[in-house]
Amino acid sequence: MAKKILRKPAGFYDVFERKPGDQLTTHYCPGCGHGNVHKLLAEAVVDLGIQDRTILVSPVGCSVFAFYYFKTGNIQVAHGRAPAVATGIKRALPHAVVVSYQGDGDLAAIGGNHILQSANRGEQITVLFINNAIYGMTGGQMAPTTVLGMRTTTTPYGRKVNNEGPPIRVVELLSSLDGPAYLERTALWDNKAIRRTRTAIRNALQCQIDGLGFSMVEILSPCPSGWKLNPDEAHEWMRENMAPVFPPGLKKDVRAEREPFFPEKRELTAEEIRAAVDLQIEEPTPYPSELVKPEYADPAIKLAGFGGQGVLSAGAILANAGMEQGFQTSWIPSYGPEMRGGTAHCFVHISRHAIGSPTVSNPDVLVAFNRPSLEKFEPELKPGGLLLYDSTIIDVTPKRTDIEVLAVPATGLADELGFSRMANTVMVGAYVAKTGILSREAIEQTLPLAIKRQNLVETNRKGLARGIEFVEGLES
Amino acid sequence: MAREFIKGNEAIVKAALLAGCRAFYGYPITPASEIAHAAAKYFPRLGRTFLQAESEIASIQMVYGASACGQRVMTASSSPGISLKQEGLSYLAGSELPCLVVDIMRGGPGLGNIAPEQSDYNQIVKGGGHGNYKNIVLSPNSAQEMCDLTMLAFELADKWRNPTVLLADGYIGQMMEPVDFPEAVLEVPEKPWALQGEAADADRLINSIYLVPEILEDHNRQLQRKYAKIEEEEVRYEEYLVEDAELVLVGYGIVSRILRSVVERARGEGRKVGLLRPITLFPFPKVRLRELAEGGTAQVFLVSEMSNGQMVDDVRLAVAERIPVEFYGRMGGCVPSVEEILEVVGETVRKHGATV
Amino acid sequence: MTSQSRGTDTAGTAGGTRVLEAHVTVVDPELCKGCGLCVAACPPGVLSLAPSFNSKGYHPARYSGAGCTGCGFCFYACPEPAAVTVYKKGAEVPAEGGI
Ligand SMILES: Cc1ncc(C[n+]2csc(CCOP(=O)(O)OP(=O)(O)O)c2C)c(N)n1
Ligand code: SF4
Ligand code: SF4
Ligand code: SF4
Repeated sequence: MAKKILRKPAGFYDVFERKPGDQLTTHYCPGCGHGNVHKLLAEAVVDLGIQDRTILVSPVGCSVFAFYYFKTGNIQVAHGRAPAVATGIKRALPHAVVVSYQGDGDLAAIGGNHILQSANRGEQITVLFINNAIYGMTGGQMAPTTVLGMRTTTTPYGRKVNNEGPPIRVVELLSSLDGPAYLERTALWDNKAIRRTRTAIRNALQCQIDGLGFSMVEILSPCPSGWKLNPDEAHEWMRENMAPVFPPGLKKDVRAEREPFFPEKRELTAEEIRAAVDLQIEEPTPYPSELVKPEYADPAIKLAGFGGQGVLSAGAILANAGMEQGFQTSWIPSYGPEMRGGTAHCFVHISRHAIGSPTVSNPDVLVAFNRPSLEKFEPELKPGGLLLYDSTIIDVTPKRTDIEVLAVPATGLADELGFSRMANTVMVGAYVAKTGILSREAIEQTLPLAIKRQNLVETNRKGLARGIEFVEGLES
Repeated sequence: MAREFIKGNEAIVKAALLAGCRAFYGYPITPASEIAHAAAKYFPRLGRTFLQAESEIASIQMVYGASACGQRVMTASSSPGISLKQEGLSYLAGSELPCLVVDIMRGGPGLGNIAPEQSDYNQIVKGGGHGNYKNIVLSPNSAQEMCDLTMLAFELADKWRNPTVLLADGYIGQMMEPVDFPEAVLEVPEKPWALQGEAADADRLINSIYLVPEILEDHNRQLQRKYAKIEEEEVRYEEYLVEDAELVLVGYGIVSRILRSVVERARGEGRKVGLLRPITLFPFPKVRLRELAEGGTAQVFLVSEMSNGQMVDDVRLAVAERIPVEFYGRMGGCVPSVEEILEVVGETVRKHGATV
Repeated sequence: MTSQSRGTDTAGTAGGTRVLEAHVTVVDPELCKGCGLCVAACPPGVLSLAPSFNSKGYHPARYSGAGCTGCGFCFYACPEPAAVTVYKKGAEVPAEGGI
């Protein structure tokens, strides 16, 4: 420290934007440790050359107004949430030096999980943790760090191990995690301790500057007002009562083992962005609507079967191909209360007009892949509607006489092709051939989009062809 | 134009990336998890941030941090998770930070179920967190709008420095439809107020605390003026056959799709039924509703929601008893059918003697 | 002293400078909260609390005028940003006026 003059560090604003008449002093009580830590931080950001890129996160507690003082970026945040906010900031501005400045109620009580998780993620932030064993701001209530026997406004008979439990040792707790790079506890009770605090704060900031990971200094700090002691007594009290519970020292320092990490910044062109999100620019091929047999136009289709029969993907194949040909389409799986009993179904609309409700009570088409679906949904089918069912595995015949029925031995046909699970595409083929609603090409083209396992696309194409042939065979 | 047959939940993520969204902070919850899955897949591909936070409380606070740095940023959740985000939403509104929050609503209260409901209307449109604030609220009713309104949401959020919520339900999220994604990617405006990790930051403060009552009141007044301007400029709604309608259906989200079918069926039976669908829930199309109640052919409104009747309060406020407002709701994840509502239309007509 | 430059690094040096021949500690009585921590921290004991009050009602700390070793402990012990300034021997200060 070769400075010739020790004076208000330039890390502080010249004038503090607070009450007129108090614009050169802090709002802290006489002898409050927050002031000492502020001074050490303000000095450090200047000496380390990071003032311009430092962002201080001040949550709720007596340091809620830290933003009055630090001539850096400042953000005021909710009680306990500073490490989460700091995470958002650091990820947004990796070059910034982000400091989360927290009290013990803030950090160890309401924000307990946030500090734990950000430490564990090895978040590249620096936390200055003011442990004053009490809630200062709200009137001297118990903190997670209040020592046993200590009287506070909410432990008027003293903190008891059987009621409040013993105090939390935060840096020790965090030191069991692999994420943090630097964890130290220091104190403010004498000149030597303050000097160590000064060094530790700098180490912690340097750790972040070097991209080595999460760093934190827990600082045992006096709260004369909360403790109802004068500042001198407060220092003595800390040494007697806090030192045994919260022994100062370096709790973790793996900086030497860490590889620096600086995320790369990428600016992408619009084209690269579109490619990365799998968007290709293509115009649909409108389908000559005269090919659709009028009685089958604009269908609302229900496809139903057991889960695993490919009912949902059969629906998706149809809707996808419909879109390809310029129709309005929608696909919605059974959802909510309908999802009971192991059957799966979906609704598909393929329409020349805007689609209202994506589900319908009385579909125009029912494609039933198993017996329960046939029995359950046959009565819903619109009079004059079309029913397709897998006659290989459904051993009953439809009852209604006011509908058109097409029995397709889909599982059998698929089996002949060597893959019985393809009954769904056979059924799609049959439906398309029957109604002329979509071109075979469109379906073949969209198969890869609807079928997750790409090695099955070829097989499914065969299933589709088989379904089409089956119907053509019937009709010729 | 790039067209894709896609789930609403996934369309949101692609749209967000085209809108210049740089970070997604989430926490899993059905039926919003697909958004996180898609974000986890696509954001890193573009070198952007995806992070699964420790909770919804944390994820919205990460959004707060990112937004404070000027990033377009989002989170997505469903009702119980949105309850946890209310703290953050209040802070975002107080500090005037733009962001997108997606709420894929599910059944409540409590753990409820994962089926679609619209019972977050009050907690999103009326505030939900503490303080005199408003979210801008957009309500999509198709996969296409999951895309379009996501992009719009980022623009409105930045334009007004205000959190914006895309209020959808599990139904719209699950549904696959063709979506035309725009070719251009959006430009993110300059944000001179945002922290940048540079010297000028010392003159920028992101803050929601104002200790002096008069100053906090000024801040609140300024917010209210902003909300008033938003009400003037940003109302969006869609009408279907209302010109001559004697009964006007009102519904948003998936319900509006069902109501559209109701209108078609009712018209087929010769009934003069129309539909007004609010697209923005805040600002609410109250002026238009009042016009319809005052000057037009409308004799009665029938509001339908998948809730106990939350938006209907806003319709009633707008209509101010000029003509009757009836309500039909389903809860618990039950989706009303077209036939069910047609029947209510019949009853409503009988009750109010409309000629429809 | 304008409030802007009071006790900060940006104090001007227009009008020439002089070099101090001894360590000097200066407490701004109006910016002191009388907590006494600097007094306790000073190894040679050359700081004390004044019997008089400042305008806020505190007994401000003051330097006896001799014996400062320039160790700087009082500066770091003081929680207030600008109450204490320690000028070490050899420091350049404005030629005119007090420091
Ligand atoms: C959600 C929420 N709960 C409670 C509070 C009230 N509150 C403000 S500060 C504080 C405790 C602060 O104690 P600590 O973090 O130890 O900081 P100190 O004041 O001691 O510096 C509490 C409970 C709040 N602001 N927000
Ligand atoms: S209450 Fe305690 S922590 Fe708060 S300013 Fe006063 S001394 Fe400091
Ligand atoms: S610099 Fe050292 S010797 Fe001089 S007044 Fe301060 S503490 Fe005392
Ligand atoms: S430490 Fe600072 S505030 Fe306390 S008495 Fe000394 S100069 Fe005054």
